[in-house]
Amino acid sequence: MSDLPPARHLLRAKDLADARYAEPLGVGDLAAAAGLSRAHFSRAFRQAFGESPHVYLLTRRLERAAHLLRFTDRPVAQICLDVGLNSLGSFTTSFTRMYGRSPAAYRSAFPPAAAHAMVPGCVLRAYGRPQHRTFREDGADGPAID
Amino acid sequence: MSMKIATVQLWVHDQDAALEFWTKKVGFQVTSDVTVPEMGNFRWLAVGPVSQPDVSICLMALPGQPIMDDKTQEQVLDVVGKGFAGSVFLTTEDVDGDYARLVAQGVEFVDKPEDRLYGRDCGFRDPSGNHVRLTQLNPDFPS
Repeated sequence: MSDLPPARHLLRAKDLADARYAEPLGVGDLAAAAGLSRAHFSRAFRQAFGESPHVYLLTRRLERAAHLLRFTDRPVAQICLDVGLNSLGSFTTSFTRMYGRSPAAYRSAFPPAAAHAMVPGCVLRAYGRPQHRTFREDGADGPAID
Repeated sequence: MSMKIATVQLWVHDQDAALEFWTKKVGFQVTSDVTVPEMGNFRWLAVGPVSQPDVSICLMALPGQPIMDDKTQEQVLDVVGKGFAGSVFLTTEDVDGDYARLVAQGVEFVDKPEDRLYGRDCGFRDPSGNHVRLTQLNPDFPS
């Protein structure tokens, strides 16, 4: 059998983050899924997918949190745990940075109208992905933070 | 208008591996497997569900020169391996049964069967990284 596509092993790490974001996964677990050392993995992953594995996993978790805020009535602290994050403080900070408003404000801003969208869930997830933001990039013209 | 979909195409890195995956693991049948020596051993390999003999997926190896230069070939293979080369959507009458069967075959699943508005579905990858969705459609869902 010939060589696999160059990024095929990295895709295994990405799929692991997509499927098991709710578990206490870390970059080490993702590196193991790709069969690479941790240091080499992070560099290769960033090169292939344009962001670090840590950021990728975090955005998956926050994206799922946004979904649960819109479509369930679970408390914010429960949603934080449900998506595999264990610090409510850093969850709120990261969420606010990424979505431009706090989890509670996000929930009240969006009626769950998309519940009626006749589009497969995997497609909604892929196209509804938030863009990762760092504090450094939050300039004066950045999104308002509630 | 009498047009129908007959064949769609997937890029694969290894036709033998793809053939084994789609026939032995997924359970499709071979609809064509033709190698043309005078065309650089070009191999037209297609598989499809037994229940739909007129529908197939062509498992296409990347052509080399002069159709595709080395750089392009590398780029396409990279996109396939990153899982961005498109998806195949399959339906079934028994998604949980198929899931169990494919897991037992060692198929890499991206997600387990889950209930959604349109049905119960799951997703897996072929050896090259192509994404396949498998859905048991909800008969009450308006299409």
